[in-house]
Amino acid sequence: MTIPRQLRKVREGVWELPLGYKPGMLVPARIFGSDRLIAGMDDGVFEQVSNVACLPGILDYAFCMPDGHWGYGFPIGGVAAMDPRTGVISPGGIGFDINCGMRLVLTSLAEEEVTPRLHELVNRLFARIPTGVGCQGIPEDLERTEEEGCFAGADATTVSNKAIERGISQLGTLGSGNHYCEIQVVREENIHDQRLARAFGLTIPNQVVVMFHCGSRGFGHQVATDYLQLFLKVMGAKYGISVDDRELACAPFQSPEGQAYFAAMKCAVNLAFANRQVILHRIREVFSETFGRDPFDLGMRMVYDVAHNTAKLERHPVKGKVCEVLVHRKGATRSLGPGAAELPACYRETGQPVIIGGSMETGSYLLAGLGSSSATFATTAHGSGRTMSRHQAKKLYRGQKLQQEMEQRGIYVRTDSWGGLAEEAGAAYKDIDEVAAATETAGLSRRVARLVPIGNIKG
Amino acid sequence: MPYRYHDDIATADIAFEAWGATLEELFKTAADAETIRCTETVPCFLENTALDLLLFDFLGELIFHKDAGRLLLRPKELSLTEEDGAWELAAELCGEAIDASRHPLNVDVKAVTLHRFSLEQEPDGTWRAMVVLDI
Repeated sequence: MTIPRQLRKVREGVWELPLGYKPGMLVPARIFGSDRLIAGMDDGVFEQVSNVACLPGILDYAFCMPDGHWGYGFPIGGVAAMDPRTGVISPGGIGFDINCGMRLVLTSLAEEEVTPRLHELVNRLFARIPTGVGCQGIPEDLERTEEEGCFAGADATTVSNKAIERGISQLGTLGSGNHYCEIQVVREENIHDQRLARAFGLTIPNQVVVMFHCGSRGFGHQVATDYLQLFLKVMGAKYGISVDDRELACAPFQSPEGQAYFAAMKCAVNLAFANRQVILHRIREVFSETFGRDPFDLGMRMVYDVAHNTAKLERHPVKGKVCEVLVHRKGATRSLGPGAAELPACYRETGQPVIIGGSMETGSYLLAGLGSSSATFATTAHGSGRTMSRHQAKKLYRGQKLQQEMEQRGIYVRTDSWGGLAEEAGAAYKDIDEVAAATETAGLSRRVARLVPIGNIKG
Repeated sequence: MPYRYHDDIATADIAFEAWGATLEELFKTAADAETIRCTETVPCFLENTALDLLLFDFLGELIFHKDAGRLLLRPKELSLTEEDGAWELAAELCGEAIDASRHPLNVDVKAVTLHRFSLEQEPDGTWRAMVVLDI
């Protein structure tokens, strides 16, 4: 890993690559992280965030969050806001898994009540989540979902039959890789902000919560692939745009192709919300069966659902003036501060809950958005970020042994794939505590609570 | 073995390199998987003006069938032709439904990516491709 000589520390936790770092940069690039996180960033981050800074219509800065690492086109953790009148939209700024996101669900159960039935719970979740379809939620579920669970302007005619065929049998499934559903505990010593924790529903000692991570499955992957192919054909030939990396294929946002992708992407965003709603339903069913009580009697309300792979038209200040911008967030989470009109009434005073998924061994975080995140178009980190390749992790760890070791430490994990489990070992990820702290140092979000895993089903 | 995995290219994903003495051999190698039995066949016709993007499209077809029909496919017959700068691929894919007991699918492939994607002929005539899969 080589840190570019031109990288300048703006202030604690904020770093900048100047305009001159690469020919063609239209704005500087800003990267967030502690000294240690920056020293550990892979080369792809600097290369890719400076490529993003060259995209037509980009405003202010190209950003990379503290959990950033190498991605396709944009780095993971990459954020760019475009002028919707003159800028582009790029599938590489959103990711193949459109609206990959996190959902956090409360229970009124304490760890002591769950531990004796942990195996039963995890086994039931494991049996139930990947199969079948069916769902009934409560209106509050929608209110506590980003965009109230539906991006307006989705247009199914912009989606290929291939995308529909790929996605139709996958509704209600987690997927694989780093996707999971986890039972977690909020221990007293892990609460960073008592007031916000209470406002987010964390009110009892050793409270059990459920966090899960998944996206739009094959449907979204096909939408991304279809439009990547289309943009490659029209980008240069029709619009005279050239990019260094074909994964940054893009089209003017106002072009027919750009608008079609935006409408198709919204379909995938909405499918991912629906997918997470089906999974939430299954989780409620499993808890209800296991404890013989109604899920709402078990306090199973959503904290929030956040998307971390999207592009959205939002209003943010640019050079002191609030205007509409197209924000690409790829492995990055919206982080609205207190008072934001887009938030439901219950979170208007606290700021938006932000859910940061860590590795299955180390833990995750609940954060709250801050007003000072307007500097990044209201964006913060999304997870802990990989540092070790899957191949390397599989060489170092054995799935079955890892499962036994985790069980000794009080984490019961079930998986379809021992190899896949080994690839998700905690040491393959950055230090989640450092990532969460770095977002606070940079003013992007505030730590509310650290969530510790006790049960996990891995996709 | 006419392919190998690359550990250093894609931190969160899988990168591999495949090669073949002819273009057809390369396309077959890049898409092959030895543990798949042939119980069903699916025809495949594709065209693209760029040869490398034709390989991209072809690998994408296999991912599509994996999700849409839960079919794992490998190329049985494959031919490539070029006419007026347009490449055409005609293939017969064969395979079987996913069977978890025999197909150790560690992770699901989301997409073929264009990151460092390449298809090149070397001075000795060998065709070589680099592919990174998003998982």
